Amino acid sequence: MAFGDRLEKLDRRWIFLVVALLVLIPLLWPLQLPLAVSGPAKRYYDAIEAVPEGSIVVLAGDYDPASAPELVPMTRSSVTHLFRKNVRIIALQLWEGGPPLVDAILHEVGDEMGKVYGVDYVNLGYKSGREAVMPSFGNSFSRTFPNDYGGKPVSSFPLMRQADNFGATALFVNISAGYPGTKEWVQQVQGRFQVRMVSGSTPVQAPEIYPYLQAGQVLGLLGGMAGAAEYEKSIGVPGPATKGMDAQSSAHLFVVFLILLGNAIYFSRRRAQQGRA
Amino acid sequence: MIPVVLTAIVGLLVIVSFFVPHGAIAEPAQILQDWAIIIVASGYVLGAANVYKVNGEAAVKMQKDWLYKYVLLGSMTAMIVVGFFFSGGTEFLNEGSPFKWAYDYLYVPMQATMFSLLAFFIASAAFRAFRIRTVDAALLAIAALIVMVGRVPIGKLLTDSLPEVIQLPTMANWLLEWPQNAAKRGIAIGAGLGVMATGLRIILGIERSHMREEA
Repeated sequence: MAFGDRLEKLDRRWIFLVVALLVLIPLLWPLQLPLAVSGPAKRYYDAIEAVPEGSIVVLAGDYDPASAPELVPMTRSSVTHLFRKNVRIIALQLWEGGPPLVDAILHEVGDEMGKVYGVDYVNLGYKSGREAVMPSFGNSFSRTFPNDYGGKPVSSFPLMRQADNFGATALFVNISAGYPGTKEWVQQVQGRFQVRMVSGSTPVQAPEIYPYLQAGQVLGLLGGMAGAAEYEKSIGVPGPATKGMDAQSSAHLFVVFLILLGNAIYFSRRRAQQGRA
Repeated sequence: MIPVVLTAIVGLLVIVSFFVPHGAIAEPAQILQDWAIIIVASGYVLGAANVYKVNGEAAVKMQKDWLYKYVLLGSMTAMIVVGFFFSGGTEFLNEGSPFKWAYDYLYVPMQATMFSLLAFFIASAAFRAFRIRTVDAALLAIAALIVMVGRVPIGKLLTDSLPEVIQLPTMANWLLEWPQNAAKRGIAIGAGLGVMATGLRIILGIERSHMREEA
């Protein structure tokens, strides 16, 4: 059997093993590859940096545990950056699987930075209804979310008494993994309520956001773990995304190698067949 | 006829409310949006009942993968029972509740595991299925290779000594910001026009297939 044939019939578990090693080894022994901050990530940082101290920002974390390795670091960095500027946060979630993830980040970072729940941040929690929730939320925060994540009336929180619609906020941060997410927030809320907005997305969804980024409807964009790592670098707080970039580099390089190898075998076979014919 | 008229009134009111913020329009539109949220929420109950019905029947009749269906129904029932009856009522998501424990130590790792498997299957598929048979496929492959390597630090490292314009990160960003964007925008405009046309057909009663009725 020719070498190419043997490779093509290779048990795919060998490929799985190499992928596992290529992900695991850089996580255990980081290579510390140089990281450049891309334009969309720089614009995300700049948009948050431009928020005046003391103002209010809405943060929608629309994802679930499947996207947590990419989107949790983005959320954590955004919350850290906002709290560092003494910006107050109103958070909400439209994905049923994710609210505890966002809630944990708010409390962890809030406690670290001495923020008080109800005064410096409020988590409105989850509301079912997906896209239908968005215009309703744009009209009135308290009407759409009468209670917070823990079930307390939002009217009992000083922060919520100061902001009931986007007119009272300085920025909208959406970190999302798909539907409903940034695209729907732009379509339902951004233009209608004249909202300044930034987005953090999975790499699959990020290309969908580029037209809105170029049009200025989205002011900045973090795409996947790379975007999260670039943002961590921008705020000077390296975290899990930065650690993950070495593993992602080696895995991407291996996928590229496999595509090239697979095609090299394919073309050599085709040439051999044409030679016989 | 009544459903068609109701659809027209509701559809027009919600569209007009997008452009007219006056209370006479905005308030009834807000009520309709509240109803929409309630209907979607009701859909979850219907969805859960449907999961029980479809998988329950298949499990009892021992159809294909019947064992997995028992696992699905058992897990779902366990989460519902734990959430409703053993986790402090509305405080079911608080730290320390059995439901939160199940979320943290069962749901989160299982969902993360499922998604992580993609990396292995993508690598395997890249080797076995991604064949450059046509010019279109070649263009796709070249763009994919540039973006895949250009969006990670190794791309910067590999091409750092080259002029900036031909460095992989620069080329990856250019591909994302221009050719990709142009194609995405074209698709979005086409889809948007299609949605508008379909919406108008439904509001005007020309399209009635959603009511199981021909126009």
